[in-house]
Amino acid sequence: MDDLYREVIIEHYKNPSYRGKLDPHDISFADNNPLCGDHIQIDLRVNADGVVTDARFDGHGCAISQASADLLLESIIGKSLEEVKKLNKDSVLELLGIDLGPVRLKCALLSLKVLKAGVYGLGEASDDLVE
Amino acid sequence: MLNIEQIRKDFPILERETSNGKRVIYLDSTATSQKPIQVIEAMNDYYRRSNANIHRGVHTLAEEATTLYEGARERIAKFINAASSREVIYTRNTTESINLVAYSWARTNLKAGDLVVLTEMEHHSNLVPWHMLQAERGIELEFIPVTENGLLDLTAYAALLTRSPKLVSFAHMSNVLGTINPAREIIRMAHEAGALALVDGAQSVPHLNVDVRELDADFYAFSAHKMCGPTGIGALYGKSSLLEAMPPFLGGGDMIKEVKLRSFRANSLPHKFEAGTPAIAEAIGFGAAVDYLKAIGMDNIAAHEHEITEYALERLEEIPGVKLFGPDANHKGGVAAFTLEGIHPHDVAQILDQDGIAVRAGHHCAQPLHEKFGIPATSRASFYLYSTKDEVDLLVNGLYKVKKMFG
Repeated sequence: MDDLYREVIIEHYKNPSYRGKLDPHDISFADNNPLCGDHIQIDLRVNADGVVTDARFDGHGCAISQASADLLLESIIGKSLEEVKKLNKDSVLELLGIDLGPVRLKCALLSLKVLKAGVYGLGEASDDLVE
Repeated sequence: MLNIEQIRKDFPILERETSNGKRVIYLDSTATSQKPIQVIEAMNDYYRRSNANIHRGVHTLAEEATTLYEGARERIAKFINAASSREVIYTRNTTESINLVAYSWARTNLKAGDLVVLTEMEHHSNLVPWHMLQAERGIELEFIPVTENGLLDLTAYAALLTRSPKLVSFAHMSNVLGTINPAREIIRMAHEAGALALVDGAQSVPHLNVDVRELDADFYAFSAHKMCGPTGIGALYGKSSLLEAMPPFLGGGDMIKEVKLRSFRANSLPHKFEAGTPAIAEAIGFGAAVDYLKAIGMDNIAAHEHEITEYALERLEEIPGVKLFGPDANHKGGVAAFTLEGIHPHDVAQILDQDGIAVRAGHHCAQPLHEKFGIPATSRASFYLYSTKDEVDLLVNGLYKVKKMFG
């Protein structure tokens, strides 16, 4: 628990590399975490081969939710949408390098939920996407 | 004055440590209070000695269980100064109590276009049941505004009353701002305009001397778990004339006088509203909680909380970047909701937790109120009879640590 706020998390929270919006974009999706009001929008550019060429997130929330969004986008650039669909809870926890209780897990997984809902072209993000 | 040291000994949980060896500093009593050993043992004794289903059996255990269950109701009724224990309906919690009024009273008495007045500082439990009724019946909803300093705007309220609402439903004490609303005045004004008044007492009954007859409340809802009692039980007080005229809420065993294949006759009060086997042990625990609070004295508890709250607000205000929400200590109960500039409340709560300090972070089931103040969430420290100034100091030190981490 003590290393929950590892330097890497604080660093990505304070100085995110992928914060912003993409215009034009190929995929865009946004959702909230109703528990704490965290909000994340993710925009993606995807090339003809279905590979993510650029990504940005925008929104507000706690350090865990914002840092995990930044780390997640960093990790998917250059990956195919098929690979993105395979990402799950463990992929995000591995990026963060920490273990989380059930409440904070929702903060950490919000960005993955938004990302996958966008990639699958769903109308609504559901928790099943990040199991 | 309270003997805090003695009181703290009644709460075994305050002795425990978190996984990293820190003593628990419990500043989340507004979410749920801790339970004294007297309550825990009352429920334990029931299961060890007297467990049986109530009202039906004639054997010794059933008699004992019934006496304990109904005895608790009588003491709860006295605690809020109800005229009779028939006016106290056991429910699961404040939320269910409000829903009972919305389903039974409101669905019988309200039609499309009828106005219900709520306030901007309501907990979701006093909003959503009315949203649901609005969708179903087409009733109208209006809201008494909250001023910048966290009080209800009674001038705007008076203006709303000229539209002849049927019901005014409001929190006696806000679970976020801590504001203690002038309930007697609000109810008097409602009655003068011909409306009934329902009070959400979830935060007031645990902390203040509440007298439903002096307030002249028509309905008053509260929960055991915020007042040293167990979860899973609460109460709805209602004037007997109103309750008598209302149809049952849930149907089933115990709420009937007589059942035929194609019909039933409802039981008398309070059983008419209590279908099925209730939370018997919890009701007994509720009674024990009321005994516990009464022995200490609600005025003593309120005075102690006032002292702690005054001190906490003073110390929190000293911290650069802290913004407090709600009125000053003279107009509020033991709640301090705040933001720390540039740091999300979840991060604040999480880092405090590393030192064993329990505060709540989020919108505290009052999302519209947070929207009103333009913030997604706050951190909230709340106090009860067992809270100490030392704990406030530890909170303040913890917040400096949070600032340093994000500095």
